[in-house]
Amino acid sequence: MIKKFASQIKQYKTQAILAPLTIIIEVFLEVAIPFTIGGIIDDGLKNIKFALIYGGVALLMAMLSLLAGGISGLCAAKAGTGFAANLRNALFSKIQDFSSKNIDKFNTGSLVTRLTLDINYIQMAFTMIIRIGVRAPIMFISALIMSIVLNAKLALVFISVIPFIVLGVVLLGRLAFPRFKKLFDAYDQMENRIQENLIGIRVVKSFAREDHETKEFSKLSKLVFNVTKHAEKVLVFAMPIMQFIMYLTSVLIIFFGGNMMIRGELSDGDFTTFIQYIGMILMSLMMIAMIFVTVIMNRTAMVRACEILDEKPDISDENADLTLTLQDGSIEFENVSFRYGTSQSKLILEDFNLTIKSGETIGIIGGTGSGKTTLVQLIPRLYDTNSGTVKAGGNDVRNYSLFNLRNEIAFVPQKNLLFSGTIKDNLLWGNPDATDEELQLAAKRAAAHNFIMSFPDGYNSAIEQGGVNVSGGQKQRLCIARALLKKPKIMVFDDSTSAVDVTTDAEIRSSIKENLSDMTVIIIAQRISSLSSADRIIVMSDGKIDGIGTHDELLENNMIYKEVYCSQLAGSSESETQI
Amino acid sequence: MKKSFGAKNNNINLAKKRINSQTALRVLKRLVRYIFEAFPFQSVIILFTTLISVGANASGTFMLKEIVESILNVRKGNAEISTVLISIAILICIYLVGVIGTFTTQRLALNISAGIMRTMRDQMFKHVQYLPVQYFASHVHGETMNSFSNDTDSLREMLSQGLPQMISSTLMVIGLLTTMLILSPVLTTLVIGMLILMLFVSSFITKNGRKYFIAQQRDLAKVNGYIEEYVEGQKIVNIFCHENTTKKSFDELTEALRKSALSAQSFSNIIMPILNNMSFISYVLTAVVGVILVVNGALGTDLEKGIAIMIAFLPASKQFSMPISQFAQQFNSILTALAGAERIFNILDTHLEHDEGYVTLVNIEENEKGEFIETLDKTNRWAWRHPHHDGSLTYTELKGDVRFESVTFSYDGERNVLNNISLYAKPGQKIAFVGSTGAGKTTITNLINRFYDVPDGKIRYDGININKIKKTDLRRSLAMVLQDTHLFTGTVSDNIRYGRLDATDEDVKKAAKLANADFFISHLPNGYDTWLTSDGANLSQGQRQLINIARAAVADPPVLILDEATSSVDTRTEKLIEAGMDRLMHGRTVFIIAHRLSTIKNANVILVLENGEIIERGNHETLLEQHGRYYELYTGLFELS
Repeated sequence: MIKKFASQIKQYKTQAILAPLTIIIEVFLEVAIPFTIGGIIDDGLKNIKFALIYGGVALLMAMLSLLAGGISGLCAAKAGTGFAANLRNALFSKIQDFSSKNIDKFNTGSLVTRLTLDINYIQMAFTMIIRIGVRAPIMFISALIMSIVLNAKLALVFISVIPFIVLGVVLLGRLAFPRFKKLFDAYDQMENRIQENLIGIRVVKSFAREDHETKEFSKLSKLVFNVTKHAEKVLVFAMPIMQFIMYLTSVLIIFFGGNMMIRGELSDGDFTTFIQYIGMILMSLMMIAMIFVTVIMNRTAMVRACEILDEKPDISDENADLTLTLQDGSIEFENVSFRYGTSQSKLILEDFNLTIKSGETIGIIGGTGSGKTTLVQLIPRLYDTNSGTVKAGGNDVRNYSLFNLRNEIAFVPQKNLLFSGTIKDNLLWGNPDATDEELQLAAKRAAAHNFIMSFPDGYNSAIEQGGVNVSGGQKQRLCIARALLKKPKIMVFDDSTSAVDVTTDAEIRSSIKENLSDMTVIIIAQRISSLSSADRIIVMSDGKIDGIGTHDELLENNMIYKEVYCSQLAGSSESETQI
Repeated sequence: MKKSFGAKNNNINLAKKRINSQTALRVLKRLVRYIFEAFPFQSVIILFTTLISVGANASGTFMLKEIVESILNVRKGNAEISTVLISIAILICIYLVGVIGTFTTQRLALNISAGIMRTMRDQMFKHVQYLPVQYFASHVHGETMNSFSNDTDSLREMLSQGLPQMISSTLMVIGLLTTMLILSPVLTTLVIGMLILMLFVSSFITKNGRKYFIAQQRDLAKVNGYIEEYVEGQKIVNIFCHENTTKKSFDELTEALRKSALSAQSFSNIIMPILNNMSFISYVLTAVVGVILVVNGALGTDLEKGIAIMIAFLPASKQFSMPISQFAQQFNSILTALAGAERIFNILDTHLEHDEGYVTLVNIEENEKGEFIETLDKTNRWAWRHPHHDGSLTYTELKGDVRFESVTFSYDGERNVLNNISLYAKPGQKIAFVGSTGAGKTTITNLINRFYDVPDGKIRYDGININKIKKTDLRRSLAMVLQDTHLFTGTVSDNIRYGRLDATDEDVKKAAKLANADFFISHLPNGYDTWLTSDGANLSQGQRQLINIARAAVADPPVLILDEATSSVDTRTEKLIEAGMDRLMHGRTVFIIAHRLSTIKNANVILVLENGEIIERGNHETLLEQHGRYYELYTGLFELS
């Protein structure tokens, strides 16, 4: 795990090495200064001149130490922030390569926390390690050596204390880690709840469930409260224990040192120096303990970030022929079976077979949960089949690079999204090089041009996150325009005009049919009228094809289709009887 | 892509606006008051224990001088070894008290910080629940989210570390200053002189670093906002092969963050070595001056005393600078935390949904005389309890009669979304709204449930001015199925039960059957106990809508509002749902908004809206005969046959 993070330092290696190196210089000087103080007292008392000489040397050392410390601080800042930037980019670009299945596995909320909060923690830990992580042990060792040089017998006190400190830290760490893991999980739960609540606030309000939500939330915040206390309770011991050991050591040194002074084995100056070293050694031990604590606290964050780095993208270019491109817009499903999740869950598609010719317009209709969306998601490889093959443009979709495949397929999903930016920014997603004329043409074909022009800033009007400032129907039309700009060989509309009125819907379809007749079009719809332009209509039921044919053929020989048709059209006479 | 952040960043910039020292102080004051109000007892105790732990530390230094002095005296033969031992014993006691004081302080700080976080989160959450819908229309939810996570987190850090440290630093400075003054006023002056220099340097650095800290916060918010938006839209990114562009834009944002963070961190990283080594310089100077003083007999009455004072004074002077440098290093993060606290307080200060409604919904029974009597039993009969100005009380049975009398409404006060709308919906009627997007259909439903308010008397519910009805009670009498489906993490039955919390398992199943959801639910791996996450990730859009409908059905309300509730449900299923609904809603009022003709064609009244006005009204047949807008809207359908 450490290796994985270390590899993110990349171009900031120099600084990452320089920071601890300069810190070593700073530490050495710092450790040497008390030594000169001993001199100031011992020799200075005899002759003031020595006090001034030693004092001058000490001042010079302090200046040098300042310089070294400053450089180290700057290097650490550069390395730390650079590391965080690299890690963010690595995680984000990893997620860009994730398939829908990978995303489902983590769920978006958790991915967001990992990329935002967790990274903050890791960055904190990193800066701490390269600064204090080196400083503290070096300080500890050099101060210990100096104290041994000064008086080996007295230094024994330090050495005998060390095992207790190590034991304390290890015990606390052992105790704390599982507790902190619980804390992170509780945080996840709470954040998830808040997010859901904020997104669904209209539902909450329309059912007058404000009190209920508050009550449910307070359960979670109580849980967070309890696990926080449970986890940090352990760490609360760290500080007093350290203080206790520090005080104990001082008393022991004073006791033994005092005895030595009385016997004349220790000079006054050396005693002063020694008391200095108590502070340094115990301080550095405390810092080491603090690093352990930070690492323990942040280990969960690191593990979670690592999980992302370790996740293998479910769908990749692994077996692809990178030069291969789609010949035409033909599509073929051969014995395709598919299920979401584990093998226990139900098969959504079962042994599905279908051939679509290039340039054909196919309508798909079928009951809720019959597998329509699942079927079309397989074409741009949003998911891969469990068995069987999907072919597009003459080859297995897995043989194309994802770029070549998806570049030729425009998919307008049911749950669509616009991104914050202008309308133009959003449309340019379809084709970054599109001219204004092309943009307008696509918008006109998607029946979006008129309402775009009705906005004060036209194509430069701002879209807010998630497209909340345009209506459902407008959003759908913008999404269609965006897809049209791709000029794809295959175009899939997954119930993407449900919020568009029938006349506009018909307009869009006819302009596509007239102007883009080479394109293979798949339309999933609930309204039979939306399928009027289809060459063939497929009726799906329970993951299988129930019937294929033209509108007239299906009316003749498909029960489901006939029923749907009747429910939508011949209802006018029925409605009278129902009132 | 850079420009794309314009709209959102404005909000964040506003929220993360520069916090000046005056606001910081005000927020700090409020925070301290908040803490004292929530934990009065523990807060007082913690001040006390901090005092103990700091006092122990200071008097420990003082004892050190005593011990060294007695050691030197013993060496000279002027004192017994027992005086040393006694002093050491006292020192041990002092230190023990100090350790206990530190432990109690830390434990209490944990109690308080965790407790404050809990109260604050609970309060904030509760407050947010009752904010008007407008608030959510004008605030990106990521921003509110940020206050819950980042702002409370930095506040927690400040409360559990920064604030106690500030208190103990202040006390420690006072304690050590006293000790030093007692030991040697001359040397103390020297130390204070150096200290002032250190304060000057550190305030110079922090001041210069602050703007980068603010920039760092701003850039971090941008990066996090981008992550949230694009991780959610991952599928779209994939479809458009936009991975590389997205990565590039993200790289630009992280690079900006890296730069501002680098400046901020550089400033905060150099404070420590500078102050640390300045304290060494001060230390060396003190030692040199001290020795000169001792030699000249200006320190202590004799050499022994002088040396003892030196030995005790030097560590104290070193400790003295420590709280200062700690404080300097934490200063900017304390400011950050205070800026977060300000945002939290801002949320808590946002005005709640305005509700002066006093008409409430109660259960009733009918007595022999045919009068309504309020009861706590679940009678399944409801009435509006209406207290009048003259002190009398009337009960009006809940029927679901909704009237609009020439309602005009505008969201922004400029452009009217609804113009002079009048409509009468009697119990048992099905009212449908038709019209192109943006015609004002959803706005009408937003007014019925008082998501937005109109002037008095314009909308009446069972004859009562809707503004007089308490919002929660009003909404309890309506069930809405919204265009956007929202499912919560929990089981399928939890989600359906959201409509009526005390619904039994049979009720839930019944509602699911009515919404035609029972079939697919029973085919899920764990049936009604299947756990849904991420807004029902593995359900199809149509299935999500079915659960939504079941949720409304279980509420069993007198008024039902269906806003494109079945847009992703196939028409066969829709027809079955409609039949079920007709049974359930018999004698009750239903409002339907839909684009699909089949959804609305058997409504009693169809209102055709255009630009906020009703341009046609009638039922399916009469409207078709008119050959007007309604006919036009649906001719696409007729071309087919």
